[in-house]
Amino acid sequence: MKKSSPSTAGGHPKVILVGNPNVGKSVLFNALTGAYTTVSNYPGTSVEVSRGFCDLQGSRFEILDTPGMYSLMPITEEERVARTILLEEAPHLVLHVLDARNIERMLPMTLQLIEAGLPVALVVNIMDEAERLGMSIDTELLQEKLGIPVIAAATARKRGVQEIRDLIGSHAGQPRAVFGYAADLESDVRRVANHLKGDYRLSTRSLALLLMQRDAEIDSLVAKVEGAGYAQVVEAVNAVVFERRVDLHLRISLERKRICKGLLEAVVRQRPLTGLSFAERLSGWTMNPWTGVPILLAVLYFGLYQVVGGFGAGTIVDFLEGTLFEEAINPWLEGLGDHYLPWEWLYELLVGEYGVLTLGVRYAVALVLPIVGTFFLVFSVIEDTGYFPRLALLVDRIFKRIGLNGRAVIPMVLGFGCDTMATMVTRTLETNRERIIATVLLALAIPCSAQLGVILGLLSGVPGALAVWTLCILVIFLVIGFLAARVLPGEQPMFYMEIPPLRLPQIRNVLVKTLTRMQSYFLEIFPLFIFASVLLWAGKMTGMLEGLVGAMAPLMQVLGLPAEAAAAFIFGFFRRDFGAAGLYDLQTSGLLSPVQLTVAAVTLTLFVPCIAQFLMMKKERGWKVSLGILVFVSLLAFAVGISLNRMLLWSGLLS
Amino acid sequence: MKVSPKAEEILEALWIATEEEGENAAHLSTLGVGPEDEALAELDRLAYIEISGDRVYLRKEGRPEARMTVRRHRLAERLMMDILDVKGGEGNAKACELEHLLHQGVDTKICTLLNHPTTCPHGKPIPPGRCCEEARSKGAVGVVALTELKAGEGGEIAYLATGDSRKMQKLMSMGVLPGTPLALRQTFPSFVFQVGNSQFAVDQELAREIFVRKG
Repeated sequence: MKKSSPSTAGGHPKVILVGNPNVGKSVLFNALTGAYTTVSNYPGTSVEVSRGFCDLQGSRFEILDTPGMYSLMPITEEERVARTILLEEAPHLVLHVLDARNIERMLPMTLQLIEAGLPVALVVNIMDEAERLGMSIDTELLQEKLGIPVIAAATARKRGVQEIRDLIGSHAGQPRAVFGYAADLESDVRRVANHLKGDYRLSTRSLALLLMQRDAEIDSLVAKVEGAGYAQVVEAVNAVVFERRVDLHLRISLERKRICKGLLEAVVRQRPLTGLSFAERLSGWTMNPWTGVPILLAVLYFGLYQVVGGFGAGTIVDFLEGTLFEEAINPWLEGLGDHYLPWEWLYELLVGEYGVLTLGVRYAVALVLPIVGTFFLVFSVIEDTGYFPRLALLVDRIFKRIGLNGRAVIPMVLGFGCDTMATMVTRTLETNRERIIATVLLALAIPCSAQLGVILGLLSGVPGALAVWTLCILVIFLVIGFLAARVLPGEQPMFYMEIPPLRLPQIRNVLVKTLTRMQSYFLEIFPLFIFASVLLWAGKMTGMLEGLVGAMAPLMQVLGLPAEAAAAFIFGFFRRDFGAAGLYDLQTSGLLSPVQLTVAAVTLTLFVPCIAQFLMMKKERGWKVSLGILVFVSLLAFAVGISLNRMLLWSGLLS
Repeated sequence: MKVSPKAEEILEALWIATEEEGENAAHLSTLGVGPEDEALAELDRLAYIEISGDRVYLRKEGRPEARMTVRRHRLAERLMMDILDVKGGEGNAKACELEHLLHQGVDTKICTLLNHPTTCPHGKPIPPGRCCEEARSKGAVGVVALTELKAGEGGEIAYLATGDSRKMQKLMSMGVLPGTPLALRQTFPSFVFQVGNSQFAVDQELAREIFVRKG
């Protein structure tokens, strides 16, 4: 994905993609530019503007993909980002992308764009699904009525993309059609617009309407541009609002709806449909708690346990780690080392017990990458089916209890892949309170896929251990969430979400997305693995590691663990999955009893986030909050470990 | 026969204990009155209640009055929270004062204004009055909050009752506009409704603010 600031890319004509969330703007962007920006069946996937280039008929165009917006008047941060582009850039063409199935609901925004005097063309997207619903849309008639180019498309199926290219290459001129509101509203608009004398990107008519709806951002823009004349504008707006004494926003929305209804007459025809399709019936099952919970469990079992745990952490890791590294690469490297590396410190640094090549690269490539990769694959498939919004509405009530709302389901599920990434995604939550609670829960009770893979592998050999571990983590998650919601003051969040239709994921998109995610994950963590093994090497050479292991021995004793387990905990500082993998080594050498194994697994899961997650927490939440979380999480992890050990020994469970 | 506000509170508590919580009587301490209480004596005189030791029974004669008292209380809550937009603890407190003024047909007028609601803002049933029965028998179409519809029902969106303009804007931009047909798909764990060809999920708080003309 090419990104640049507006100033450096000022030379090429700009094409801006706008539209509601989840209508396929990013798919179109990818088709036009050949770049890749994340696409999914989840509203709000794009949170920032992507820029790319497209060469047509010998000239170069800059394409801008904006986050979804519902109308020209923004509410959320993403919508503000999208509108700022319209306010600041001088576009060659604005492509309004909408969902054909909901053309009646989304067409008012086309009106707003035309009204703003922008060079608009309309892309009626997702035509294939609309046709399947029995809708037919006469885009030629619509084009005539709107006075702007209208293209029928199904960009995910490449339909209409060529026409859009041709249009970008040839389009010139401004829209001429003006859609009149009711007479009284029109005179109000004129009354305000007459006072706007400055030079604006958007038409004064459009600005007047936004001012009448009390758009704060436009208000300050007008204040800046008009200077002394601003007082008169305010006076006119206040007079209109007072005379009407109704919510002008509602009035204007209803007027636009009326106009759109007229425009769509004879354009949209609906054939009556009989019965529900299978996708619709399945959709109903996923949302009903009686059938939805079993479906969720099935998704978890097959997706996480079978594919990530069984295939990723089992088959692939066994092959890479056991066969490739242990039997071929490591002995070969050690042989080379014996031969060419006479200095012990260098030998240890590169191919020793904590060597960069033998440990750092091995863990990163053979252990962590396959697990995280299979997780991202499963995640991408589920994401593209549109299952997550359904999960969000299913868990909303429970999440409200822990101070979050259904929308937090995405960072939480993503946490099972990589907590560092998930911590970054908590940005999309609406209030600071939610962001802090989500960060705490991610640091504490959500094991990342690498850790989860190893832990599932470890515990599945011991009957009952997995159940105890799951129960412990679940209880901690709910209890700490519940307490955090009590302790942290703040407003209860609202939950609303568009539920997109269930779709069959497209293999290409899933693969590209998985690879993109794996790539960014690998780029982010690989240096950390190397860094961590250098630190461990330094620790070993200076004797600090032994000292630390020794210092932690009493703590291990309280936990009922062998002293060697301390090494796993120290690894855990560097990467949580390092810790779990350290445990794996202990288990294979037969040093742990079932109780010890369970206690160690629970404590390690709860224990301190890895170094990357901690740095991300610091970046997103600041030093004070992240250090507080760090201390709290460490203390709690050991407290839970100690009590669990006592309880298991006392009850005789697992022994 | 109009009883004192204090006596109304006692009747209300008795109704809730016996009708909704399945007890056969209420303890003096739960009612928050002493055995020598004036309001208690007033109800005893009217033969609405029976006192036996420290337990108070609601007599058959007292039931209609108790029922209407609960009804007035919950109508007052609806009025406070839906129309006057006084919510939370303050709304509860004001409703408690207001309920004692809803006599001689005022309750009927308010019930009609609110379109014969069937539940209070806390989800408890409002005992139907004569006006509700009449409206039902005439098949009057009511405007009700989305929370009052059952899954599978639908109608036309009548108005949005939210005081928060951002929330209002969000709903409108999702296509939730007066005059638009809406079909409710499910009510638990979240409210899922369909507008046009799109489905939306909202929580109970938001659903309470969307009013629908049943059809």
